[in-house]
Amino acid sequence: MNLVIGAFTIGLILSLLSLGMLISFKMIKFTDITVDGSITLGASLTAVLIATGWNPWLATLMAFFAGLLAGAITGVLHTKFKIQEILAGILMMTALYSINLRIMGRSNIPLLDTGSVSSQTEQLLTTISGGADKMNVFGWEVPVADMGALFSSLVLSLLLAIVLNYFLKTHFGTVLRATGNNPQMVRAQGVNNNTMVVFSLALSNGLVALSGAILAQYQGFADVQMGIGMMVWGLASIIIGEALVGKSSIGMTITGAILGTILFRLLIAIALRWGLNPNDLKLVTAVFVFLALVAPAMFKNLGKRLQKVRSHANNQ
Amino acid sequence: MLTINNISKTFFPGTINEVKALRKVSLQIKEGSFTAIIGTNGSGKSTLLNAIAGTFIPDEGSIKIDGTEISRWPEYKRARMIGRVFQNPFAGSAADMTIAENIVMAMRRGQSRPLKIAVHKNIKAAIAEKVQMLKMGLEDRLDNPIGTLSGGQRQALTLLMATWLKPKLLLLDEHTAALDPKSAAKVAELTKIIIEQEKLTALMVTHSMQQAVDLPDRIVMMHRGQIVEDLRDEMKHRVRVPDLLETFNIIQKRELFDESVARLMKEQYI
Ligand SMILES: Nc1ncnc2c1ncn2[C@@H]1O[C@H](COP(=O)(O)OP(=O)(O)OP(=O)(O)O)[C@@H](O)[C@H]1O
Ligand SMILES: [Mg+2]
Repeated sequence: MNLVIGAFTIGLILSLLSLGMLISFKMIKFTDITVDGSITLGASLTAVLIATGWNPWLATLMAFFAGLLAGAITGVLHTKFKIQEILAGILMMTALYSINLRIMGRSNIPLLDTGSVSSQTEQLLTTISGGADKMNVFGWEVPVADMGALFSSLVLSLLLAIVLNYFLKTHFGTVLRATGNNPQMVRAQGVNNNTMVVFSLALSNGLVALSGAILAQYQGFADVQMGIGMMVWGLASIIIGEALVGKSSIGMTITGAILGTILFRLLIAIALRWGLNPNDLKLVTAVFVFLALVAPAMFKNLGKRLQKVRSHANNQ
Repeated sequence: MLTINNISKTFFPGTINEVKALRKVSLQIKEGSFTAIIGTNGSGKSTLLNAIAGTFIPDEGSIKIDGTEISRWPEYKRARMIGRVFQNPFAGSAADMTIAENIVMAMRRGQSRPLKIAVHKNIKAAIAEKVQMLKMGLEDRLDNPIGTLSGGQRQALTLLMATWLKPKLLLLDEHTAALDPKSAAKVAELTKIIIEQEKLTALMVTHSMQQAVDLPDRIVMMHRGQIVEDLRDEMKHRVRVPDLLETFNIIQKRELFDESVARLMKEQYI
């Protein structure tokens, strides 16, 4: 049960990353590798700020702003300086690696016995359960701290999902979605498509950094390596989400991204439990994303071939 | 209304691929007039329209709309004044988004984009009412992705979008050329109706001599980046398709003659 709760919590926290990537990867169709750097940026900045006594909420908010800035720079590199999108992301990600080391002053910062954004929820739950440090959930004894983290990440994830869903349906959000679809059309409607790209990447990486900030507080440390492969994990989550609920509307797409992230974390937890070597995790994820990307085309080809074979058989 | 003064555009200047697409083109368009631009392939028609729309900044010359110099403005800023329909029926709308979402964007062309829900009931009713006029049954499909429609349907919607907010200038670049004959006729018909109803100032590139004779009240002919004929008023009313073809022939013969003379001279003197 603890395993499941842990996977759920991390899934919910990382769903903010998936929501951010939904904006870049799905809405403006920008493959943005800044993500690997900006999630660490969020984590390291928050860790340092909390360690020096900042209010966890304020520290988390700062992480969001730092992410905004990182994404905006990637956007400017691409739109203003005409650097290819992948390269713009790689440049920013590489720069962020040093910046994150600078922020932390070393490669790892532990957060022990410091407050976090789920402290209040934990206190509330402790009060409800009468001061015990374990509570009964469907017959399982679960640490109150874990439930607190689960609840707060659930609330935060839902809240952001609702705001994002609303935002993408506004006049501004509608044009944002059109930017990835047809930038020429967006210009013809009087909107600077480059500004939309910069804005979207900023918002996207803001959410990613937010995710990193909360992740650091949950797992109790920030590490300069923690972002490696995160972008591919986000992709995997989005792909799973799409397969799960489709993309018939914005609401469904958002729901899919969240459910996809949680399911992905559960799958990972189960695979690790069954003895998958943690070192192989990124390889497995990469292969999975590869398959998910090529599978639709392969199925189509296979279908065509089968049809051919069948019509041949019929002719004879 | 629109005053173009001596604009030029050279692509790949100074290379072997150099193309002088526009050579000191000047053109004045009166408010409320409908002008067709015809000419051979590569004569610079699209380049002229692109220069007006702001796809690129011309090398020299000025473009004014109602006295405002716009030749240095970026494309998106000019969209405030200019409505546009492209040759490619897929270029004017966002395929994955619904008909209603596409139109709602056009309803605020060049205006602010507030953080309010874009597609709601009242707006949809207004959209349905206007889309009905296309007589394509699209008013019942407002929530379908626009990418699921035919080229003709999409082009009709693009035309409606470009003119939803009355543009100071409507630019049409062979907007019926990629359609099947039936859809092309339908879109041409719609173009005429909308331009007349809204009293629009329009500039239309076309390869169809028939369209050039039937729809507009002025015909401009381009050749090699220059305007070589300008038929308006009385002249335009008398002109028929054979006359246009004849003019084309003359221009092409003149050119052939020029080239053969040039070759002769070369052979003799070099
Ligand atoms: N973006 C561009 N880059 C390079 N060359 C271009 C560009 N646009 C146009 N040209 C060149 O400029 C010349 C004029 O092209 P333009 O598209 O204006 O012709 P057109 O009159 O519209 O022809 P068509 O009837 O075939 O559409 C052509 O030689 C074309 O190759
Ligand atoms: Mg053309």
